[in-house]
Amino acid sequence: MQDLTEPILELIRLTSTDLPPDVEAALRQALEQEAPGSAARSALEAILQNVEISRRNSTPICQDTGTPIFYVRYPQGWSTRQLRAQIEAAVVQATRKSYLRPNSVDSLSGRNTGDNLGGDYFPTVHFEEVEGDTLTIDLMLKGGGCENVGAQYSLPYSRAGEASFQAGRDLSGVRKVVLDAVHQAQGQGCAPGILGVAIGGDRGSAYFASKETLFRRLDEPNPNPELAALEQRLTEEANQLGIGPMGFGGKTTVLGTKITSLNRLPASYFVTISYMCWAYRRRRMIWRDGQARYE
Amino acid sequence: MRQISIPISDEVIRSLHAGEAVALSGVMVTGRDAVHKWMVDTFIRQTRTPEGDDMEVYRAIQPLLQGGVIYHCGPVVAGLDSKAYRFVAAGPTTSIREEPYQGEVMRHFNIKGVIGKGGMGASTLAACQEVPGVYLHAVGGAASLIAQTVTRVLGVYKLEFGVPEAMWVIEVKDFPAVVTMDAHGVSQHAAIEQQSRAALAELLAKP
Repeated sequence: MQDLTEPILELIRLTSTDLPPDVEAALRQALEQEAPGSAARSALEAILQNVEISRRNSTPICQDTGTPIFYVRYPQGWSTRQLRAQIEAAVVQATRKSYLRPNSVDSLSGRNTGDNLGGDYFPTVHFEEVEGDTLTIDLMLKGGGCENVGAQYSLPYSRAGEASFQAGRDLSGVRKVVLDAVHQAQGQGCAPGILGVAIGGDRGSAYFASKETLFRRLDEPNPNPELAALEQRLTEEANQLGIGPMGFGGKTTVLGTKITSLNRLPASYFVTISYMCWAYRRRRMIWRDGQARYE
Repeated sequence: MRQISIPISDEVIRSLHAGEAVALSGVMVTGRDAVHKWMVDTFIRQTRTPEGDDMEVYRAIQPLLQGGVIYHCGPVVAGLDSKAYRFVAAGPTTSIREEPYQGEVMRHFNIKGVIGKGGMGASTLAACQEVPGVYLHAVGGAASLIAQTVTRVLGVYKLEFGVPEAMWVIEVKDFPAVVTMDAHGVSQHAAIEQQSRAALAELLAKP
């Protein structure tokens, strides 16, 4: 089997230091919406300046380089055991080169392992065997600030003393709890954020899917017209909350919404929201004929 | 943009108002989750006994925090092997996690400025009025940009907490931030929370 450690290291460098073009374009568009001289506009100016500096100097866009989450789609014949070992080797090297912050902390002792390894879930690697002869590795770096403001609602959902807040088991209910989650997050998830929403599933699969759906490009509409309409409506309405970049107030609270649905049990109806910060670091490596290409 | 030197006098603190953009210069100390818990447990509420170099570190950070600034930041640092430390990426972390500790820490050390992101709550706002102090909001995620304002790393304490959680003593020049909670009881975060709550109620009333 070929050794992919070097190309994976490049995938990590690119992900940590170079924001994807669709995200940068959305941030530029957001900047135009904000009033000249406003705190919201200054924040977006600083954000875009930072994106340029990071790209030029190969330094992390955000110091919280998150949990490295890899999705590996491999053709028949590859060893997932060896791929995992190569991913881990690349993660260790990326940490040494300051593309990643040492982020893996033993929850019992509080000790930081120093190299971003630790247990079966750090880094997180999902494997799936696919047809054909192309291997792809998607990487997402999702920081803790935005991970902390993620939320899961079990529908029907209501809150004492808030008569208007009745979320039932339909898309209208989904809409309500997603808007509530955006309000709860305020600026703490580094707004303007991107919402990854999973309808259904169980508590575990739904969080997984809510992150996976964030791999869709911002300009890529949902193939399901009903969900596409809801995505657009949620983005527009979230932006009416006036939370704004960094929670400074303003017109841009979210850059986009991505929704997916999973089959559920008759008894359960979860709505799960993964909030992605503006520093939406996700990249893909495509390995074919012994060559790596990056998107 | 108003230039502010650290340490900061009470007079300067009281002249700052929510919404004002500042550029900070001087020496500040990073500290986040592990540091705040350690400070409160060991020296303020004293629910644990100092051990190892705790007292030595306490004496070293006291003069730095007196009239000084604490920065909620877990940086990416180069030069760990050679100890020729250099900040590579150093944006703010979410401050609200320090809400149970921040007021007590400000009062105990006479800290004048707390830098972070996302804002803090009522007990920190009360401490800002009392000490007096301000909460300064840096742009979350602007890590490479902010790291360029760190001119020198003067030292590090409690590195055993891990690189992100250690107390890094840094010299900064023109560190950009916005006052979002001032010493007069004004919090922009509380105002935005209320406005957005009203907007949410309107949206929820729609089908």
